Amino acid sequence: MPRKLPRKDVVIIGLGWTGSILGYELAKAGLDVVAIERGPWRDTATDFPPASAQDELRYAVRLDLFLRPDQETLTFRNNASQTALPIRNFVSFLPGNGVGGAGVHWNGQTWRFLPTDFRLRSHLEERYGKDALPSDMTIQDWPLSYDDLEPYYDRFEKLCGTSGKAGNIRGIKQLGGNPFEGWRSSEYPTPPLKQGYGATLFAEAARKTGHNPFPQPASNLSEAYVNPLGIKLGQCTYCGFCERFGCGNYSKASPQTCVLPALLRFPNFTAQTESEVTKINLDSAGKRATGVTYVDTSGQEWEQPANIVLVCAFALFNVRLMLLSGIGKPYDAQAGQGVVGRNYAYQTTSSVGLILKDKVLNPFIATGSHGMMIDDYNGDNFDHSGLGFVGGGYMGFGQTNARPIQTRPVPAGTPKWGAQWKKATAETYQRACSLATHGSSYSYKDCYLDLDPTYTDRLGRPLMRMTFDFHENELKMSAFLTDRLAEIARTMDPVELVALPRKGPYTLTAYQTTHNTGGTVMGADPGTSVVNRYCQSWDVHNVFVPGGASVFPQNHGYNPTDTVGALAYWTADAIRDRYLRNPGPLV
Amino acid sequence: MRVWQTSDARLGASRHRRRHYVFLALAAVMLLLLGAGAFLAPRWPRSASANAQRYPVDDRQAFDRIERGRYLAVVADCAGCHTAPGGPPFAGGLALQTPFGTLVTPNITPDRETGIGSWTDEEFVAAMHEGRGRGGMRLYPAMPYPAYAKMTRDDVLSILAYFKTIEPVHNAVTVNQLPFPFNIRLGMAFWNFLNFAPGPFQPDPQKSSEWNRGAYLVQGAGHCGTCHTPKTLLGGDQTGAPLAGATLQDWFAPNITTDPRKGIGNWPLDEVVHYLKTGTNSWTLASGPMAEAVVHSTSLMTNEDLAAIATYLKDSGVAVSTSPPTSVSANDAAIRAGAAIYKDNCAACHKDSGVGESALFPSLSGSALVQSDDVTTLARLILQGSRAVATPDKPTAPAMPVFDWRLNDAQIAAVLTFIRNRWGNAAAPVAASTVARQRALLARSP
Repeated sequence: MPRKLPRKDVVIIGLGWTGSILGYELAKAGLDVVAIERGPWRDTATDFPPASAQDELRYAVRLDLFLRPDQETLTFRNNASQTALPIRNFVSFLPGNGVGGAGVHWNGQTWRFLPTDFRLRSHLEERYGKDALPSDMTIQDWPLSYDDLEPYYDRFEKLCGTSGKAGNIRGIKQLGGNPFEGWRSSEYPTPPLKQGYGATLFAEAARKTGHNPFPQPASNLSEAYVNPLGIKLGQCTYCGFCERFGCGNYSKASPQTCVLPALLRFPNFTAQTESEVTKINLDSAGKRATGVTYVDTSGQEWEQPANIVLVCAFALFNVRLMLLSGIGKPYDAQAGQGVVGRNYAYQTTSSVGLILKDKVLNPFIATGSHGMMIDDYNGDNFDHSGLGFVGGGYMGFGQTNARPIQTRPVPAGTPKWGAQWKKATAETYQRACSLATHGSSYSYKDCYLDLDPTYTDRLGRPLMRMTFDFHENELKMSAFLTDRLAEIARTMDPVELVALPRKGPYTLTAYQTTHNTGGTVMGADPGTSVVNRYCQSWDVHNVFVPGGASVFPQNHGYNPTDTVGALAYWTADAIRDRYLRNPGPLV
Repeated sequence: MRVWQTSDARLGASRHRRRHYVFLALAAVMLLLLGAGAFLAPRWPRSASANAQRYPVDDRQAFDRIERGRYLAVVADCAGCHTAPGGPPFAGGLALQTPFGTLVTPNITPDRETGIGSWTDEEFVAAMHEGRGRGGMRLYPAMPYPAYAKMTRDDVLSILAYFKTIEPVHNAVTVNQLPFPFNIRLGMAFWNFLNFAPGPFQPDPQKSSEWNRGAYLVQGAGHCGTCHTPKTLLGGDQTGAPLAGATLQDWFAPNITTDPRKGIGNWPLDEVVHYLKTGTNSWTLASGPMAEAVVHSTSLMTNEDLAAIATYLKDSGVAVSTSPPTSVSANDAAIRAGAAIYKDNCAACHKDSGVGESALFPSLSGSALVQSDDVTTLARLILQGSRAVATPDKPTAPAMPVFDWRLNDAQIAAVLTFIRNRWGNAAAPVAASTVARQRALLARSP
């Protein structure tokens, strides 16, 4: 039997970016808040001492910070004709674990979506006609506009101290920034990071070929910064240990470096770690959440009553918790009905590997998100007429690291091991680089999440089943983007160039990205969305999914975190300014 | 399963208090007493306040008086010692571990049976001014009455007026848990005779009223010297070197005199204020026992009082500075090793230039603490790490990681020698044996 705890105003499930932002905003508003986090407490300098946290074997190879499949996993299949099997090693994507969530192990790439992304279906149908989109493509407009979200992007970037160069401040184009981006109310909080030699070479090549390179927006800070919460961040050392690592010198934005020190000062905020929420509890009518049940590491079950439940876990686990709790109608792909689990999407990435002549790139001087990018082939920034696909992505030189175990570039034909391989590594390491495209992943009728009929977790609950494959639209897009990138790369005069556009079928066995989106998507129509424009459940009004990537109706050609953070602030404002005054459906 | 709540929890369960230093002296004193019976010759005036002016006591319920008492209790940081971790404020029960046994702080809430609810004015004044509890019982100078004696009777009675308004808590505390012979309170009469100069604060008419206010706070309620003034063998203040730095609780409470190299002589006045208000300034961040003093006391003082304290500190004390020692040669083996260790372990935060980052990573370059003669704190910070203070203005509370598992005594000594002699710093080299001693001491600490 669960032991019952005293009621709280708000229970937050998961203490990552969205959980900490919501926790701060609502604790500041005077509410009594508890956050329940599955993983351990993590602190900046004591968990990630800069002297020893750059341990590639421990963190990048053995994945110390990530969720272990024996804690929670999911089953996978490419299509409904297959039988899904459990993922026993996370490889293609790596869900985080512990306080800070993905905000601890991310690269820091901080992109806004394009204004047209927010009205994607309307925009594409207006420009290319209703027939231009594949019939099984289920993309939809967001229930809010870029203009609605802009102030919240701004807030999240100021929270992080993001380094970059604006390309558009209130409609006025800015030299050196991204000319395609939506308007910004202000310049980035800190100037762009210094660029390495490889990125500089790419930018020259891109400019010569008629493109518009700009520094990638980075929440790895170019200089020390004090955020609006009064928390100080340090300057990045370009150590090249960002993704898969925690940053110990306070220079990568994370819940730890940006929110938690201020959040923990509230006496009306408590964090409960190493405790996994197993269910959101509903009243007998199923119309109102009464709180959550969680289990601690001793196996003891606890019931935490609360007036508001905020679902702030990683995107995939938000979806599973909604399914397990019976909130919203589960998606049925055959019938094309139901919503929870619908519109799962991912990211379509590809790369162009180069070996240059007579260059010393010092690729180990890196951050998770410096680099020079172009946005000429993202979203609908270019004319898709006759191309046979929609969508796009940014691309460029964004090598995040050159760590010694996993960075072993060698020319084609080199043996896989032995003296030749070592010799080739030594000769190639300084001259090799990898360019990348970061493409959109639109949603489809047959790409979804549901509960697995066979496999269960350690607590006996059904695992979630992922059914996903790349579609022709995305593969054509990836081929097009990769060709464009290779054209630019050829002007860098490489001795070797290997273009690797994304090919199907989707496989779990190679790392691509941890940008899993959708499943509890937001929308204006309860028939095609789980939450409304304020990230509030259509069915249970005191449950919110405040901005996890699970609310994205489809995934665009950018990294999700900036939008996740912006939606967290957007939802916090809606709860504080609207819901508290009149608890009930906000739409 | 762990519960994390509020910033205090992050400072760890073992809260450091300004425990007082007398216990090292107790053994010697007690042996002396037992051997000679000399304590039977009372030379101490029976009551220092017997001849003091009797103030007419105004309304105890007046808001102004109670508020002044509340503020002075913050300045004096009464709650710092008189509150057990997680316990109700002022209800006592904090165990002060000493090498000679345990003292538990008493309940000073107005509970009539177990607190001070039935104390008279005279009894309270005697405790604060003379170190005498109820019935004339000698207090141990863990209670900093030698400093509180400087406070005016009116201020002391204001504190009492405040204490009478707080929630009474029934909490009986057995204060004296020291073993024989240290449990004999009468020994403190002898200690007082040697170390306690009673009498109220004497203003200096040559100085400004702001300076005098600062002096009153530093010497009296603030009891800064309790930690920062070097002690005699018997644990009393070395009156010739006030605030010149002292070692206690395995920390070195730094020199806060105007000495430009060893003290705070290079800190502009507003940087002193900023440090006391927020726990940080351009040079450093408070941690350890000072972090607690900042959180519970200095950060809650008025800006005027902090400016007064800074004014006094910047214009007082004894210039004891000697010419700096010659820097250890850059070719020295320890310096070369230390430079490499620094690069690998320290430079990511403190930077190659040693300047760190204000309010985040202390500057090692030009740091008085880095160049101090006593390396207790320096060695401790590397061995055990530390967390800086969090205050409303500066909530970050950055941490120094633990290195005891990673660096051996010789390596820590080398990197200390390096930072003490780089960027214009100059100080004596640190021996591995010094680090080893500190490591052993810390291993024994609870």
